[in-house]
Amino acid sequence: MELPALSLADVQARLRAKEVSPAEVLRALDARIGQVDPQIHGYLSRDLDAALACAEKADVSLPLGGVPIAIKDVINVNGEPCTAASKILQGYRANYDATVIRKLRAAGAIPFGRCNLDEFAMGSSTENSAFGHTRNPWDTSRIPGGSSGGSAAVVAANEAFAALGSDTGGSIRQPAALCGIVGLKPTYGRVSRFGLIAFASSLDQIGPFTKTVRDAALVLNAIAGRDPQDSTSLDEPVPDHTALLGRDLHGVRLGMPREYFIEGLDPQVDAAVRAAVKHYESLGAEIVEVSLPNTEHAVGVYYIIATAEASANLARFDGVRYGHRAADATGLLDHYGRTREEGFGPEVKRRIILGTYVLSSGYYDAFYLRAQKVRTLIRRDFSEAFEKVDAIICPTSPEVAFKAGDRSDDPLKMYLADIFTIATNLAGIPGLSIPCGFAEVDGRKLPIGLQLLGKPFQESQLLQIAHAYEQSTDWHKARPALV
Amino acid sequence: MSLIPTIGLEVHVQLKTRSKMFCACPVEYGAGPNAHTCPVCLGYPGALPVMNEEALKMSALTGLMLGCAIPEVCKFDRKNYFYPDMPKNYQITQFDAPICQGGAVPLHDFAYPKDAQKSIAHPGKKVRLTRIHLEEDVAKSQHFETSTGIDFNRAGTPLMEIVSEPEIDTPEEAFAYLTALQQILVYGGVSDADMERGQMRCDCNVSVRPEGQAELGVKIEIKNMNSISGVRRALAYEIERQTAALQRGETLIQSTRRWDDDAGQTFQMRVKESSHDYRYFPDPDLLPVKTSVFMDEVRARRPELPAEKRERFVTQFGCTDYDASVLASDQALAEYFDAAAKGATKPKSVANWIINDLLSALAAAGKIIADCPISAHALDELVNLIEAGTISSSQGKTVFAEMFASGKPAAQIVEEKGLKQVSDLGAIEALCDQAIAASAKAVAEYKAGKAQAINSIKGQVMKLSQGKANPVVVSEILTRKLAE
Repeated sequence: MELPALSLADVQARLRAKEVSPAEVLRALDARIGQVDPQIHGYLSRDLDAALACAEKADVSLPLGGVPIAIKDVINVNGEPCTAASKILQGYRANYDATVIRKLRAAGAIPFGRCNLDEFAMGSSTENSAFGHTRNPWDTSRIPGGSSGGSAAVVAANEAFAALGSDTGGSIRQPAALCGIVGLKPTYGRVSRFGLIAFASSLDQIGPFTKTVRDAALVLNAIAGRDPQDSTSLDEPVPDHTALLGRDLHGVRLGMPREYFIEGLDPQVDAAVRAAVKHYESLGAEIVEVSLPNTEHAVGVYYIIATAEASANLARFDGVRYGHRAADATGLLDHYGRTREEGFGPEVKRRIILGTYVLSSGYYDAFYLRAQKVRTLIRRDFSEAFEKVDAIICPTSPEVAFKAGDRSDDPLKMYLADIFTIATNLAGIPGLSIPCGFAEVDGRKLPIGLQLLGKPFQESQLLQIAHAYEQSTDWHKARPALV
Repeated sequence: MSLIPTIGLEVHVQLKTRSKMFCACPVEYGAGPNAHTCPVCLGYPGALPVMNEEALKMSALTGLMLGCAIPEVCKFDRKNYFYPDMPKNYQITQFDAPICQGGAVPLHDFAYPKDAQKSIAHPGKKVRLTRIHLEEDVAKSQHFETSTGIDFNRAGTPLMEIVSEPEIDTPEEAFAYLTALQQILVYGGVSDADMERGQMRCDCNVSVRPEGQAELGVKIEIKNMNSISGVRRALAYEIERQTAALQRGETLIQSTRRWDDDAGQTFQMRVKESSHDYRYFPDPDLLPVKTSVFMDEVRARRPELPAEKRERFVTQFGCTDYDASVLASDQALAEYFDAAAKGATKPKSVANWIINDLLSALAAAGKIIADCPISAHALDELVNLIEAGTISSSQGKTVFAEMFASGKPAAQIVEEKGLKQVSDLGAIEALCDQAIAASAKAVAEYKAGKAQAINSIKGQVMKLSQGKANPVVVSEILTRKLAE
């Protein structure tokens, strides 16, 4: 097997055994990117020289020693661009490392390549990037999902061994599902957000895209933990997330939420997920029906809380200290107006306006405050369900990858793509997506994702459950046939 | 129509923490532009705030000193508005759950301006506080000919906002309020509260209304005062301006005005538009703060307050109210007095020496009590030498001046200058005999009933003793001898 096709664990084993050097791995990956990325456009930029400089010093005995990892272009890497796929940050270069980058480096990894995304992580298709769409490697006429579409696509296309993304309402899990790979959103507070350009601070969480469940556990090991620079990161001990991998599922109870198997769910997705549930039964898990009655409010609550937070988070992009600045402004207001008019794309503007509206005096109680109350109910739904089960099993996305351009004119329909992933962020619990089959659409095979949701800080168990399925199926071995 | 003013003050106080409110940058006055900045206080993408716990403790301490309630939980909110001095275009502040609620600033007589201390309308008045909340300071803009520079060194400095109830009646009360507040802040070590350095800034809300009308008049905010006396002048001007306008039949409109200290006038800055919508909401980057975690420590840090000190100086050391207020007006001075008075046989004399001699010597030398060349102990020694009669009061002045100039101890100076008073009766008697013998005319006059004539004989004795004879003893001996 060629180097770029290896899993993270496998390439690290070869590096550790000195069968291959970090520089050779980087060059092989760079060549692969050069070959396939023109079709995918998963990367916005990459700096091979900087990565090679890191490779020279790489300690291959570390857990991720010598392994290049791609980074969503919304996480700051010192000296590199960090555009959030927005014109407003064109030309900006980060002057510090995000905590996750510091931790990756400490684990021996080499940040390499900046992945495309929906502008400021707002979207579900990566079509909202100011710097061109990313294509789904399984069918380049389709979207890879979003907002971390670039991160998902490059891992699926063997252009990266692993990538970091961020998940605010499904932005890791949905593209992982649509690209047929593993995507993990950790518990809110598990991974530091310091250095992640904030979209919605109370929902954002950084997590890995990988080819295997074990790889996800390895990356999580490196990036998890309390960070004094992020007050919302929690002081929970970080276990070895690979420790439970391989244990059988006897006694494990999985909950099927009836609200997640609904009309509008793609029949092929429905069938694949139900088959996966059956498969779990055969592995010894007990399946229990559970109810998450407030699921129907999740999308509404999300678009109030997330946009409210975003309207303040994005206020700092004003062209005063960095980033795009409108030319020849006639005054302060003109400067702000034109800088932001020119710098932000339509979806970002839509959300800033929405968020500004819901926080306005007179509307605050009716929208923001009420949404927070419903959020509490959603959180309670999950904690009640977790009294009965160890994890929840459901589809990641109600559908497979759709055609580029199909939803661009219908934001509301686009918002519904996240219907199964949003509640997880509102509850702050961990969730992951693993491949569980393919749908046949227009003669093309398109990946289907299985979503597993766990109790707070129980990523280890969630990974164990995902791993058992992965090891007894072959879905994760399939790769798109790119030239 | 008789009009009465109503004043409410919003005082911003920079806390004396080592680092900024939400990052590790140092809080330091006078560094080069943007020397103390980092991704957090510059609002760089992805940077997150982390609470400075010392700022919380200092605010809670301020609350304790001012008798505020410290709620179990306080939280931080985002106040959204765009301005170039605001790195994130929102300010982290406290909206509906501030760190302190209620409380009051007691106005003591000596906090009033000197010229108003004789005519205090409400002695012992306490001005109640609405709240104290904690927030981050903004950057400083500097306007050049064609551009504006922004220095973010100040951005993120912990800032306490102390909001009074609108129950200050006169500019003099406002002066007393700020003076008393400033003393307390300095005592607590929470701020240097220097208005000229911007460590304490005061916005005044002032309105006038006809006497007997319950409803307050149109509120006008005045800004840009950089001293406590400036606040007094600005308020006096503004009250007069508003009163005159109303008496001319004009209508006042809610607005913000800028005080120009040189011109001695306020100028309109902006008329209040339909109240600005700051879209406050809880900052999701910061968790609510449980104050109980640090309140024990804060309680232990509460100092003796100026009012408590004044009272103790009166009862413990027999100071007058005035002396006590002078000594307690400055914490370092109060500590100096405390240290000196403790070992003194007559603390009242120590107080006199400090107020009459030390303070003027310091002022003349341009020094503050912290760099006083005479230690409290050394001053004590001087006062004790005088009280013991070893040197006279007037010799004491000479010794004091020498101590202030050289830093030498009093005893050494007395020794070196041979200033010790001669109280040896035998020696003085001999000198007295000598003087009497040499002053036949004065002796005759004295004996004829002219009592003052003794002074010239006494002067003779002092001269003969080169000023060292104890004048009290000399008087006694002469009186006795001349009566013989």
